[in-house]
Amino acid sequence: MSALLEVQGLRVTIGSTAAVRGVSLSVNKGETHCLVGESGCGKSITALSVMGLLPKGSLRETQALRFAGEEIGRYDERQMERLRGDRMAMIFQEPMTSLNPAYTVGSQMTEVLRRHRGTPRAQAVDRAAELLARVGITAPGLRLGQYPHQLSGGLRQRVMIAMALMCDPELLIADEPTTALDVTVQAQILRLLAGIQKDLGLGILLITHDLGIVARIADRVSVMYAGEVVESAPTAALFAAPEHPYTRGLLSCVPVPGKVKRDEPLGSIPGVVPRIRPGFAGCGFRDRCSRASAACAGAIPRRNAGDSHEVLCTLEPGWGGKAAA
Amino acid sequence: MSGAVLPVGRGARLLRNPGFLVGAFIVGACAVLAVLAPWIVPYDPFAIDLNRRVVPPAFMEGGSLQNLLGTDQLGRDYLSRLIYGARISMLIGVLTVITSGIIGTTLGVLGGFYGGRVDDAVVFAITTRLSIPAVLVALAVAALRGSSLMLVILVLGLLLWDRFAVVARSTTMQIRNLDYVAAAWCAGVSRWWVLTREVLPNIATHLAVVATLEMALAILLEAALSFLGLGVPAPLPSWGLMISEAKDYMFFSPWVIVIPGMALFVLVLGVNLLGDALRDMMGTDLSR
Amino acid sequence: MLRFFLRRFTVAVLVALTVLTLAFLLTRLSGDLAISIAGPNATAADVETIRQVYGLNRPLHVQYFDWLGRAVQGDFGDSFFFRDRVANLIASRMSVTLTLGLVGLGIALVVSLPLGILAAVREGTWVDRAVSLVALIGQAMPSFWLGLVLMVVFGLQLGWLPISGTGSWEHYVMPGVVLAFSAIPSLTRLTRSGMIEALASDYIRTARAKGLSRLSILVKHGFRNAAIPVVSIAAVQLGFMLGGSIVIETVFALHGIGYLAWESISKNDFPVVQAVVLVLALLYIGLTLAADLLNAVLDPRLRTG
Repeated sequence: MSALLEVQGLRVTIGSTAAVRGVSLSVNKGETHCLVGESGCGKSITALSVMGLLPKGSLRETQALRFAGEEIGRYDERQMERLRGDRMAMIFQEPMTSLNPAYTVGSQMTEVLRRHRGTPRAQAVDRAAELLARVGITAPGLRLGQYPHQLSGGLRQRVMIAMALMCDPELLIADEPTTALDVTVQAQILRLLAGIQKDLGLGILLITHDLGIVARIADRVSVMYAGEVVESAPTAALFAAPEHPYTRGLLSCVPVPGKVKRDEPLGSIPGVVPRIRPGFAGCGFRDRCSRASAACAGAIPRRNAGDSHEVLCTLEPGWGGKAAA
Repeated sequence: MSGAVLPVGRGARLLRNPGFLVGAFIVGACAVLAVLAPWIVPYDPFAIDLNRRVVPPAFMEGGSLQNLLGTDQLGRDYLSRLIYGARISMLIGVLTVITSGIIGTTLGVLGGFYGGRVDDAVVFAITTRLSIPAVLVALAVAALRGSSLMLVILVLGLLLWDRFAVVARSTTMQIRNLDYVAAAWCAGVSRWWVLTREVLPNIATHLAVVATLEMALAILLEAALSFLGLGVPAPLPSWGLMISEAKDYMFFSPWVIVIPGMALFVLVLGVNLLGDALRDMMGTDLSR
Repeated sequence: MLRFFLRRFTVAVLVALTVLTLAFLLTRLSGDLAISIAGPNATAADVETIRQVYGLNRPLHVQYFDWLGRAVQGDFGDSFFFRDRVANLIASRMSVTLTLGLVGLGIALVVSLPLGILAAVREGTWVDRAVSLVALIGQAMPSFWLGLVLMVVFGLQLGWLPISGTGSWEHYVMPGVVLAFSAIPSLTRLTRSGMIEALASDYIRTARAKGLSRLSILVKHGFRNAAIPVVSIAAVQLGFMLGGSIVIETVFALHGIGYLAWESISKNDFPVVQAVVLVLALLYIGLTLAADLLNAVLDPRLRTG
């Protein structure tokens, strides 16, 4: 399958922090690629750099940043504007504040289509209503005339998703789209995303720190830690045989029915994600890792642990026995 | 814990702020000139010499070193009058701010502290004050009572307290609702204690910012009143009055209005620079 | 919503009544108004006549309620000096002051909105610092002096604009600019801080993610939200500008109500002064009410919340 999005060697420096340090990942057509990790590990920055939406004062370098076969790393702001909202769209973590309070839902939705396609107003409104219905909003006609503050958080996120779909994008980037929502609403939104992906065949890059979400909808998972992808594998392989000590630690924090015994404590990873300064070498996890050795301060090898299963660690694949988690 | 009005770190940062330094220099220099005026002026600012009228400043054609900034329409030395003018501006600025500061702070703290009906009354007073056209009322009062330096100070003081009240009220409210103040209430301390130990020290810096703004405004208003002939009475050398008296000559010798005007502008700029630096340091929001 | 506005309206009416009372007290401040009216050369008999004619010999509260009763009907009595109804005088001069105020506000907005937006977009750079310097300079500028300097430069030396009077639109340019100077600093600062807040918000990120043009992001999405507080401050500023127009009208000899008030003050024509104070106060009260209404129109959260 041809890669829809291909990122190679992405580095982002914000001030004196190396936020992303050589991330490579790819999203295929019709695939959901999950990017997991703790907050502050560079997931959102990775997503924003793909969209060209990095905050002021950030420095982005890439070896390659290809979208649908085209190198977009060297696109200027105008070219990126044409791409954003049209062929690649993004939804955010904060549905409560991500919509402009001063305009109606309809005006904000149609704006995208009018900008990219020059669609006449009436047609754009029809399309918006159709998509609102598609994302499970009843009475779309009514909602189009309402302002964001009149909608609940779950509804606003549905509006954001519908708005992202206005131009039939090939790639949808979702940055923790359910984190701010109630648990029941979270499940609805996830089902919606999965359904849309199946129907429309778009590629989704989903950012989350929730492994439950990953297990349910991801085709492929990349685990990020301190600005690096430390492990990347097909979902089933990652859950069956996690290789990186961080991934194993992460999975041991999550109760899995049937695997966790009664009265046995859940795992935890001591310490916090460190802030990495430019020029840092070696593995970012070594201070929290129980298996750290002197080699971890040097260059870390990228090892192959199975079919398209890569891990960034000094340990041999299969260390300590398979499926330790 | 309370009473830390100017933490050391903030004070040091203030000294590195160029705006603060320039402002402090201007205001400081003006204050020194005002205090030392009788000893440093080259001539008596009231001495009339009809043989030497509207002599240009020394740096202009026709000027002489005898009168560095020239002479006015009655032959009085412009530099001496300018220095005495600093006295009047500083006096007006400081005394007006003290008067209006006492009125406004009292009202604002009362409203913010007691809330309820008291606060309603204070808000009503502020609204009423804002709707009264200050310049016009000041002019009318001066015309009715006959203008004098004291009257100008009193009238401006009675008119310019609104911002003090607004800021004192909102900051008092904030402090009153802070957790540690609530804890002090519960510990059974008196109202007086909370007011003097918690509220006043904490609103002091915010009020200092307002004081600079109001001082600048008072100086400008005095000049405007004097310019209209109903402020400081002649022959006192108020800068506003100097501009007013000189304006008949401005088309032929523009410097006669430029010199006192620049003095006024620079002093007010200095006061505002001080206020801005204080505000940046405090993070006080006075965007009105 | 409706309750909020009923409350605001009630307060406005109470404030107006208080100002009426204050305006009455203002003229009684001097002690004996009759002596002030009669002037320094009047005999005791003259003063007594004036007392009779203007009813100043009645008890103070009778005078007050009589005046109040007329004032609320728009009857401010007769001018001593102009020999005309005060209401007529004000009505005939009002258009000049309103024109000046609106021209001033227009210039102030045209200058401060772009400056504020520019400073916000370039926050922390030299552009931002230059804009705050402009605001500082505007704040420190004595308006009457600026008026005189402009007269010398543009009126006399360059000869571009008329120096005084109200004959044509050109007569309003210099006074308008001077008046605008008093509102530019606060409007610029408010626009800047509002824009900085708006541009840092999540909906601006959404707008960028939608691929909207830079102009649309700045103006349609950013400024639309920053404008809400600016509108109410602009209305309040217009009120202050009308109140402060007395100085500028005097400098440029623009015959508006400010000039009228100044003439009346120097002629001891107190019914006129009283009425102008009142009219300016009522204008201010009306403008702040209008600002609240306008805010509700602009902010859907207020309108439909």
